[in-house]
Amino acid sequence: MTDLIRLTADEMADALAAKDISSLELTRAHLERIAAVDGGVHAFLHVDGEGALAAARTIDERRSAGEALPRLAGVPIGVKDVMATKGLPTTCGSKILQGWVPPYDATLVTRLRQSGLPILGKLNMDEFAMGSSTEHSAYGPTHNPWDLERIPGGSGGGSAACVGSYQAPLAIGTDTGGSIRQPAAVTGTVGTKPTYGGVSRFGLVALASSLDQAGPCTRTVLDAALLHEVIGGYDPMDSTSIDAPVPPVVEAARRADVSGMRIGIVRELTGEGFQAGVQKRFDEAVEHLVDAGAEVVEVSCPSFTYALAAYYLILPSEASSNLARFDAMRYGLRVWPSDDASAEQVMAATRAAGFGDEVKRRIILGTYALSSGYYDAYYGSAQKVRRLIYDDFASAFERADVLVSPTSPTTAFRFGEKMTDPMSMYLQDIATIPANLAGVPGMSVPSGLADEDGLPAGFQILAPATRDERLYAVGAALEQRLDAAWGGPLLDRAPTLASAFSGAMGSSYADARDGEGR
Amino acid sequence: MATTTTTEVTIPFVEALAAYEPVLGLEVHVELNTATKMFCGCATEFGAEPNSQVCPVCLGLPGALPVLNEKGVESAIRIGLALGCEIAPWCRFARKNYFYPDMPKNFQTSQYDEPISHDGHLDVELEDGSTYRVEIERAHMEEDTGKSLHIGGATGRIHGATHSLVDYNRAGIPLIEIVTKPMVGAGERAPEVARAYVAALRDIVKALGVSDARMDQGSMRCDVNVSLMPKGADRFGTRSETKNVNSLRSVERAVRYEIERHAAVLASGGSVVQETRHWHEDTGVTTSGRVKSDADDYRYFPEPDLVPIAPSAELVESLRATLPENPALRRRRLQSSWGYSDLEMRDVVNAGLVETIGETVAAGASPAGARKWWSGEVARRANAAGTDVVPYAASVGVTAAHVAELEGLISSGRLNDRMARDVWDGVLAGEGTPTQVADARGLRLVEDSGAIEGAVEKVIAANPDIATKVRDGKVQAAGALIGQVMKELKGQGDAAAVRALILARLTGAPSAE
Amino acid sequence: MPELTRADVAHLAGLARIAMTDDELDRMVGELGIILESVAKVQQAPIEGVEPMSHPLPLTNVNRPDAVHPSLSAAAALAGAPEVDQQRFSVPRILDEE
Ligand SMILES: [Mg+2]
Ligand SMILES: [Zn+2]
Repeated sequence: MTDLIRLTADEMADALAAKDISSLELTRAHLERIAAVDGGVHAFLHVDGEGALAAARTIDERRSAGEALPRLAGVPIGVKDVMATKGLPTTCGSKILQGWVPPYDATLVTRLRQSGLPILGKLNMDEFAMGSSTEHSAYGPTHNPWDLERIPGGSGGGSAACVGSYQAPLAIGTDTGGSIRQPAAVTGTVGTKPTYGGVSRFGLVALASSLDQAGPCTRTVLDAALLHEVIGGYDPMDSTSIDAPVPPVVEAARRADVSGMRIGIVRELTGEGFQAGVQKRFDEAVEHLVDAGAEVVEVSCPSFTYALAAYYLILPSEASSNLARFDAMRYGLRVWPSDDASAEQVMAATRAAGFGDEVKRRIILGTYALSSGYYDAYYGSAQKVRRLIYDDFASAFERADVLVSPTSPTTAFRFGEKMTDPMSMYLQDIATIPANLAGVPGMSVPSGLADEDGLPAGFQILAPATRDERLYAVGAALEQRLDAAWGGPLLDRAPTLASAFSGAMGSSYADARDGEGR
Repeated sequence: MATTTTTEVTIPFVEALAAYEPVLGLEVHVELNTATKMFCGCATEFGAEPNSQVCPVCLGLPGALPVLNEKGVESAIRIGLALGCEIAPWCRFARKNYFYPDMPKNFQTSQYDEPISHDGHLDVELEDGSTYRVEIERAHMEEDTGKSLHIGGATGRIHGATHSLVDYNRAGIPLIEIVTKPMVGAGERAPEVARAYVAALRDIVKALGVSDARMDQGSMRCDVNVSLMPKGADRFGTRSETKNVNSLRSVERAVRYEIERHAAVLASGGSVVQETRHWHEDTGVTTSGRVKSDADDYRYFPEPDLVPIAPSAELVESLRATLPENPALRRRRLQSSWGYSDLEMRDVVNAGLVETIGETVAAGASPAGARKWWSGEVARRANAAGTDVVPYAASVGVTAAHVAELEGLISSGRLNDRMARDVWDGVLAGEGTPTQVADARGLRLVEDSGAIEGAVEKVIAANPDIATKVRDGKVQAAGALIGQVMKELKGQGDAAAVRALILARLTGAPSAE
Repeated sequence: MPELTRADVAHLAGLARIAMTDDELDRMVGELGIILESVAKVQQAPIEGVEPMSHPLPLTNVNRPDAVHPSLSAAAALAGAPEVDQQRFSVPRILDEE
């Protein structure tokens, strides 16, 4: 039965539909896997075994009653701890929200429940999604399944590591500057950031409202498409939601057809600054696409060189305002600096104790960028750069149907390597950030292992807004060819996790449940 | 410790005005009477149980997002149009960032440099019949905050409280903030202008039907900015901002007080501090609040969770078509149709009776009767009860239909004027409709002509001297006889008929029949 | 751009309601200085005459009808509160600055 967890979500859905397996079995198998390995990986902040099993049971009952169920009904999933889940703790990886249980579900979570996906629990992340390594989680880092001493990427390291270590076939991530794609790249998994507005943000605890977007984290491109279809689509609760049907992502993933497609290589996102092994795998991947019938063009997006700077003004500005609500008045932590402290003093003490260093840094930076006298120079200029980047995309997409680049400039680095130098951490997202600024969709698929360290590298695909299906066509075509070249999925080459962790990390199901990590 | 212990120096109003020219700025917040809040579907019912009209959005829970109330936007546009404003073809919400426990997100979703309407004006009529034009700078949309109850201090004041209890039912209720341009040149009439402006604004939003505009319930709130400049100067002085002046009378008093206070400060060679001030209804003074500082850095930026508002020209024109008549013009039209004098009309307006009289006339009463019955006894009693006529009438259950009915009883000859007053007393005492009261009290003009003739004969016989005078042509002497006849009839006689009968009997003039 | 001083950071921390120790302020001045130097690069971009873009979607006029939706129960609304009294959120004393 341990092989159950190695199926793709699509295969699980087939087996469930054929009643070869039950959702209860499948969910239980994943809970066992979590119990076995998550002490070492620490992908979960909270495991909801009971809730998942109850949901699985309900799906099984409905299926035996002959009800026609959604495609992924019965396939379990993990949800990044940034999504509000009614009755389930939601901490955003922060002490300030320790113990908070939302009284409502995010729209995305409602859709998961309505589609019958049992929710296994909440996944670790950098505090309030600020980071590229998950080291900024207040509850301890998540470990990369490929090498426990290395970061799984961030902020959604929990989501990527969860699917990468077979603790769930599917996970929800969120991507503000690369938080789905960069973790996917460094864990050898697949992740999509849909078009901004393609997936409802209602219930997604905002980091930067104009950049945030939730999306699928999976092991295969088709699985990502299946999940994308479940969570995507118009939501009247989100004013920035696109009122149009979900693009035909599943069909595109199944067809995997790139013949005649123009693939644009972005000059500014290759070469210098990219690890040699990462660049090499990228170049080979492009060759595979050419073999599959695509045409390669080179495009230039000169404003991308300012993207990182614009991003690190826009994001902190919006974040400084979004995170103001964590003030000890209505929910979450409350710290009294003295018995007769005023509300103002309690707010300041609580925010001092409840936020980690990176969060404080960005709040102060954003406060500065918006403050009177500096707004025009910082926030205002960044907004103008944002327009230039948007325009660069527009002209690039006149020449190419999709744009491609390495997802992340490096493979997974070791814990602590970049913690003392914020700028070097920020550079991790150099290739992923432009898509968020412009609102266009992006995907990362594995491109192979870098020669120098044997660790996974990612291949990024970007498409015009609302043309998310192109990501899936290209991603699936590349996946097919690479899997064929490798003789199976890349993850087959990852350490066999169960043996790697059992005993050594002293993990137990109970530990995983307490939400505290280590 | 109360904050009102130190009374600041003021100088008499007349002296202040002799030396300085007041400059006013009014910021009025009008709470819209939409069914739901500005950005969520929570109800806006006044007086609901604490925290029973809240949801993730208006509680600012992590992850919640705003969606704009369409009616809120339409109401904002209608207010703008009624104030002669330009409606922005494209505008946005912005976040005004500051921390306060009654504000769930610690930013207020408001409008900053892109208000939905701007550059309008409102002509207000003053007591002497002249008009002052108030220039409107902007009318923008925003959301209300929650309400705090301060515990442990004196008289529920924030100062000295040990803690506060917050109810977020009001948080997120749509507000329109209407900001005037600096109002100059009103001179000694500045307090009156301020009051008249707020009253006119109240009438307009009520006529639009977009707000209850109840200052007593906080659905209309006023901040008063006052500064003085020496006569002949052209640069404004430092202003004070007096918050939450919440009745028309207080607006007038607060402006007056601040003029007197500023003048005292300036006259003694001091300088006015730029600060917010609190108005104290009971003592009629303002006290120092928070000094404005560079800490007031609200870090406005466009609200990324909402999309821009771009009202089409068609929408704006269709809303313009729904505008009611301008209250001032309408008043002039009604005055001429009712035939009231300027003084009568002003009394009616000041008593807030325009709508009520309109309804009463529509119910069939004469304009003169409507005015008489509403502004007489009802107004006197309302005054005694310390409230306005309309809410008083509502509280005792008196309606326009009652007045029309009472008038009908008079014109049909059932009641004379004196009897009608008795009946009206009964109605105001809650004894029923005029007919019910008249029946219960047995009030009815004597219709038996034999009884009237008997009484006339009896009175003439008892007063031969007066009778002779009348016979000799002194018709006015008949009054004494009429009075006695009415007395004989226990007041239930028709005075006109009695008069006609006496004259016919003594002078041979034809009787009324 | 002028250098960010320790006093600036202390002021910003006050605006952002984050209590900071002297050590933290010192560290923050250094870190922010480096970051600011890097992000100030936006001013070198060819942005003259460029219309600022605050949002990636070209949407306008997204409204909802003025129809009441069920609210949370007061109990659910207050469930996460650090302190509750009289069905209200109990908060520390508020300084007189309204
Ligand atoms: Mg305001
Ligand atoms: Zn609400």
